[in-house]
Amino acid sequence: MTLTKDSALPNRHAETLLSVTNLKTYFFTDDGVVKSVDGVTFHLGKGETLAVVGESGSGKSVTSLSAMRLIPTPPGKIVEGEMLFTGKDGKTGDLAKMSEAQMRKIRGNDISMIFQEPMTSLNPVYTVGDQIAEAVSLHQGKNRKEAMLAATEMLRLVGIPAPEKRVHEYPHQMSGGMRQRVMIAMALSCNPALLIADEPTTALDVTIQAQILDLMRKLQKEIGMSILFITHNLGVVAEMADRVVVMYGGRVVEEGDVVEIFQAPRHPYTMGLLNSIPRVDHAAEYHAGPGQKKERLEAIPGNVPNPLNLPPGCPFEPRCKYAIPECSKAVPALEDTGGGHMSRCIRWKEFENEARPAVSQSQNAMGEAL
Amino acid sequence: MTANFNTTPATVPGAVVSAAPPLLKVQNLEKYFPIRGGLLSRVVANVKAVNDVSFELAKGEVVGLVGESGSGKTTAGRAILRLIEPTGGQVIFNGTDVTKLNKSDMRDYRRQMQIIFQDPFASLNPRMTVSDIIGEALDIHKLHQGSARTDRISSLLQKVGLRPEHMRRYPHEFSGGQRQRIGIARALAVDPSFIVADEPVSALDVSIQAQVVNLMQDLQEELGLTVLFIAHDLAVVEYICDRIIVMYLGRIMEIASSRELNRNPKHPYTEALLSAAPVPDPTVKRQRIILEGDIPSPINPPSGCVFRTRCRYAIDDCAKIIPELREVSPGHFKACIRDDVL
Repeated sequence: MTLTKDSALPNRHAETLLSVTNLKTYFFTDDGVVKSVDGVTFHLGKGETLAVVGESGSGKSVTSLSAMRLIPTPPGKIVEGEMLFTGKDGKTGDLAKMSEAQMRKIRGNDISMIFQEPMTSLNPVYTVGDQIAEAVSLHQGKNRKEAMLAATEMLRLVGIPAPEKRVHEYPHQMSGGMRQRVMIAMALSCNPALLIADEPTTALDVTIQAQILDLMRKLQKEIGMSILFITHNLGVVAEMADRVVVMYGGRVVEEGDVVEIFQAPRHPYTMGLLNSIPRVDHAAEYHAGPGQKKERLEAIPGNVPNPLNLPPGCPFEPRCKYAIPECSKAVPALEDTGGGHMSRCIRWKEFENEARPAVSQSQNAMGEAL
Repeated sequence: MTANFNTTPATVPGAVVSAAPPLLKVQNLEKYFPIRGGLLSRVVANVKAVNDVSFELAKGEVVGLVGESGSGKTTAGRAILRLIEPTGGQVIFNGTDVTKLNKSDMRDYRRQMQIIFQDPFASLNPRMTVSDIIGEALDIHKLHQGSARTDRISSLLQKVGLRPEHMRRYPHEFSGGQRQRIGIARALAVDPSFIVADEPVSALDVSIQAQVVNLMQDLQEELGLTVLFIAHDLAVVEYICDRIIVMYLGRIMEIASSRELNRNPKHPYTEALLSAAPVPDPTVKRQRIILEGDIPSPINPPSGCVFRTRCRYAIDDCAKIIPELREVSPGHFKACIRDDVL
């Protein structure tokens, strides 16, 4: 493992809320050790929204579960790394080393989380009011009546109509969008400093997704929390994030300001992702005219690597059209390309906007093949 | 039943502009799911999943069917193939109304009409090898029997970008994208002319979606397939489809060419749908139309226009009149009574 530059933290400004350094979360399975998160380093400022982008198996969800210390142990374990977090009381501690009792105080109070599937993350046998009130009474010591009032207020805040009535309803009586609002109400009930949102809109329809994203932005402005937004949807990233971390094969491959990531990516995986998605704002151009051949999407060939069997060098090398022999020798270091924009590619200097390096022939020929 | 006399024989809504006879003509398709209740389990209400849907597909055309969950797009796709029996209406394929066919005649038509499913993990039998999964379709239709069977399967696998030796493997040995390729090979095995693709890429990773979209596009061009592409992702649909049908709560709201729909949506729902789709460009700050509330219950849909409860242009008449799908410009149809807003 090369960790040469990983320990050198990107410019950590005074108002850092969460700073993760060289996090390694492994799963010890019968088939071998799955290095789901293998040396991840990033930081999140106060009031900032950081998007973590990656495909299935990239380690993005395991990173967020590690921060909440919700990794099922065994088989999982945080084997190394530091996660410095500054709580609402102003004290900074390492989430990786805290006791379970300390973590219980932090979860739901300082850090809360919303999940992808609002149906499975709500308890079907309790009313939504009970579930929101539980966190409130636990962390803020309110009695049941006060807690239920607070729950009603939270439902009102997240835009649920007739909250006095809805607070006594069960999750199954609500639609998917409503349930996700309840999840957000629950997560925000104790004014957390950090909200981890793991694919919060993936299971929702686009019009409902627009509602939820709008709500999250509005609440962030009101409450001032930081958001760690985990998603694979680049459209959502562009809309929500201040900064972006791109993960692949358990590592951060690129990190930077959202505009830079989209306009001047410095890693071939990020470039490939951006080129492979059809865009609703470009759709008119796909159909230049009747009879004309349609444009083709620039797909990334191959598959997401098996986490049990990662390539020895750069994990993206087998799918990369810019790969050269050196790429398979060692895992590239995460280097600063300027202004805190990081890339884990040995050829990043060549990725200027205009002059892209030559595509290696063998990769090009691979095309659609697996 | 609601009274809606919008089909005159002269202009079928959603008719193709070209003169060639359509390969598929769907007329007033309805699918109601009964809700039973009470002591005698009588039908107390109906979920009107698909309600008076009419459109046409020309040969070789790729048409998108978009809508949110509950819009009836998947039900419509399955009712067309009679994977679920339609409650009413006609599905005319190559001049034959397939809704009237008996079981064995329908089997012959199924050879020409295939489906690709959304979830590549659920739609392949885990106990069957790839060769059995693809070969089953050949066996049922008694095609490529004997030694030709293996040749056919290996050429299909190559066609979808897999290797012939993959045929001895089981579905769990493949990734999501590869499984979807197997699903495509299975659909193509019997040489269909029409394919319903039900959300074929939505369960796949972003970098894999483009591979499968490109594959489908290549095969469609090579084989001259007619495709009904069902999806909720407007960006993908606009990319791959020639024309788009927008559904909401069991009814068609708008039909237009992809280019026209994107540039010039005529229905308020399409406008909102386009505006809700996030754009992967952080420098684009759009004024977003955020629809209030959720899609209403299909058991008790709003009177008049089903979209009126969330429509920002709704007027009193919208509650009274069921808007008919009418042609507002050549090939562009909308079901909205207001012409003054969009």
